[in-house]
Amino acid sequence: MLIYSQPLELTKLLAAIDNFLQGHLSPGWAVPVKGILVGILLLAAYAIIALALIYIERKVAAFFQARLGPNRLGKYGTIQSLADMIKILIKEVIHIRKADKLLFYAAPFFVIVASVLAFGALPFGINLHALDFNIGVFYLLAVSSLGIIGILLAGWSSNNKYSMIGAMRSGAQFISYELSAGFSLMTIVVLSGSMQFSEIIEGQRYCWNLFNGHLPAMIAFVIYLISGHAETNRGPFDLPEAESELTAGYHTEYSGLQFSFFYLSEYLNMFIVAAVAATVFLGGWMPVQIKGWEAFNQVMWYIPSWAWFFGKAGLLMFFSLWVRWSFPRLRIDLLLNLEWKYLLPINLANLLVMVVIVLSGFTLTDLFPALFGK
Amino acid sequence: MTDSTFFVVVLLAGITLVAGGLGLALLISPKSLNFQKGEPYECGLPTHGTSWMQFRVGYYLYAILFLMFDVEIIFLFPWATIVRSLGMTGLASILIFIAILSLGLAYAWKKGVLEWKSEISK
Repeated sequence: MLIYSQPLELTKLLAAIDNFLQGHLSPGWAVPVKGILVGILLLAAYAIIALALIYIERKVAAFFQARLGPNRLGKYGTIQSLADMIKILIKEVIHIRKADKLLFYAAPFFVIVASVLAFGALPFGINLHALDFNIGVFYLLAVSSLGIIGILLAGWSSNNKYSMIGAMRSGAQFISYELSAGFSLMTIVVLSGSMQFSEIIEGQRYCWNLFNGHLPAMIAFVIYLISGHAETNRGPFDLPEAESELTAGYHTEYSGLQFSFFYLSEYLNMFIVAAVAATVFLGGWMPVQIKGWEAFNQVMWYIPSWAWFFGKAGLLMFFSLWVRWSFPRLRIDLLLNLEWKYLLPINLANLLVMVVIVLSGFTLTDLFPALFGK
Repeated sequence: MTDSTFFVVVLLAGITLVAGGLGLALLISPKSLNFQKGEPYECGLPTHGTSWMQFRVGYYLYAILFLMFDVEIIFLFPWATIVRSLGMTGLASILIFIAILSLGLAYAWKKGVLEWKSEISK
């Protein structure tokens, strides 16, 4: 296909690597080598995205507060987060007396593994994904909620009252908003009729799900963004680590690299939320396409699919930073009220409205097949 | 390679990241033993008592409510994928399902589970 073969697309490169491995190694070796390559690439992407996000967050936060932010290391302070990582690597790992040793060391594993598993399921571009399950959305919800086990373990095992309170708050907050995230993604699953990310993206070729499902989809989008913020302990929902009340919340007792694992996974979770929102609601890596305008579509395809993906996810990330520096922190009772008394009932009703709209053919693709149809 | 193989790869990658990083840090980081360092970080004063104590019940009630709705999500996802082909029958059956669960939420709400009662104000 012509549109897939443009130079910046990574599909060709990946296929060439695959062919090389198949041709030069016996089948018994090709699979493990491929597995190791995928693992290394995934971890490299994970680390690079996390470092870039930490830098961007610090810079954007600084500009919101009319400061300069990191500007000493490298041009505009670009290698600041790399230097921080190296510094944190040579910091002492402090052992806490009376802490529950096993759980204390197990906690970062849960947190990181959960976010790496979710990260692996993201579709970065055409054929640019590690996992593409046919139950993709479901899988993503399942693995990303593993992270809360790590947070609860961290808070419990530290034998510190701040950590304990932080972990309990985080637990209540995470499981509450998990429901909203699940229901709003389910609304879109009803609309697109599939849980597989590649199929959901393919279905949005001429019309994003956000517009295709108009009113219920937009409500679901807003609710997903709110619950995504809450799940990642960000923005106005950062009570578990409210530094003026709880020092650092559940990771108060963690030092050196162990602390950085929590930090890393937090940023990655933020990215995962933005990426999932971009994929499910805004068409993921699919370029903007208008039916019938073949020349326009060709031009759009010349921007590589991963650039579209990171562009859309990046916009949502910026929105998340914007929210973070615009609203004051909520109180725990207000936070839980928002979820259980407002978002959850709205979500349930919204789901039913979406089903009615889909069944009665009131989606944009059904109403105007000439303009938006597949 | 199937997706399940890749799942194992991704899982191992995650474990390797933590284990490798921690191993490297333990290897190259300084080790200076000091009795004070093992203290929990609270206010600079020695901490009183243990932190493993009874916790307010409100959090557990939310957890129980969560279980109710999370199981519902697990049930509803397969339904959501095929609701187009199920048609009105699918909508009707799920209406009953959601109505029963909403009753559960309404009951909890009425019972005051969703209120965050403060001990001080009583």
